[in-house]
Amino acid sequence: MSLELDIDGPASPPRSNGELVFDAPWQARVFGLTAAVVETRFGGDREPFRQQLIAAIAADPQRPYWDSWVAALEQLVERDL
Amino acid sequence: MSDDHHPIPPSPIERRVVALEELLTERGYVPEGFIEAFNRGYENDIGPMNGAKVVARAWSDPEYKKRLLEDGTRAIAEFGFGGPEGHYMVVVENTPQVHNVVVCTLCSCYPWPVLGLPPRWYKDAPYRARMVREPRALLKEMGCDLADDVDIRVWDSSAEARYLVLPERPNGTDGLSEEELTALVTRDSMIGVARL
Repeated sequence: MSLELDIDGPASPPRSNGELVFDAPWQARVFGLTAAVVETRFGGDREPFRQQLIAAIAADPQRPYWDSWVAALEQLVERDL
Repeated sequence: MSDDHHPIPPSPIERRVVALEELLTERGYVPEGFIEAFNRGYENDIGPMNGAKVVARAWSDPEYKKRLLEDGTRAIAEFGFGGPEGHYMVVVENTPQVHNVVVCTLCSCYPWPVLGLPPRWYKDAPYRARMVREPRALLKEMGCDLADDVDIRVWDSSAEARYLVLPERPNGTDGLSEEELTALVTRDSMIGVARL
């Protein structure tokens, strides 16, 4: 854990404040993709996706965050789209 | 060789994201250019600078600070900040005796309109678990070493309430303008994992 905290902890320069914290382009992609679905399919209501995300994280707490995010969006698509 | 065009094959997770995007685009849920515009907005327009402006005003204007602590959502809306992920904001004030820190134990609820995208570690399971179980030890590891007599309050963000920490104004900043103060406020200090 200390490795992850160090990369982006208080030691990071203050002007990196606004950085996007994606490790890979696909993470930014699925983030924006989710925003599009929330907007066009759920009228801006993020709650259905949020519930899927909570469930996906709970199902596998050690899985990397954005992997759980992808799993959550897949579940949402399967269920509601 | 056709391989020259694709020196690194996409990973399984990348392929899943591409498949999702194709499917959702085909079904009409992804307006053209939406993803690019959305991500740019979070990068440039919405970010921790918004929160820093709120904090600097609270330091400069006692009346504003009073409003902010009484009704965070309304006082933050005076700047025009709000919207999804920020509809019920609670501002908690650090003092010499009380240190506040924010976590989301369920997932990664975070006040996006004032802080932008959550940092990587905020979403990690160890941060989410340990900030509840042993906040003092974890804060120390993150470089925020608090005296034993400072009371630590851990706030669990949720869909119902998002928290923003109002850090203590640093010493020696009496002559600074609101704009100058804004530049001193870091994202981490508003999550509560750093002091200024």
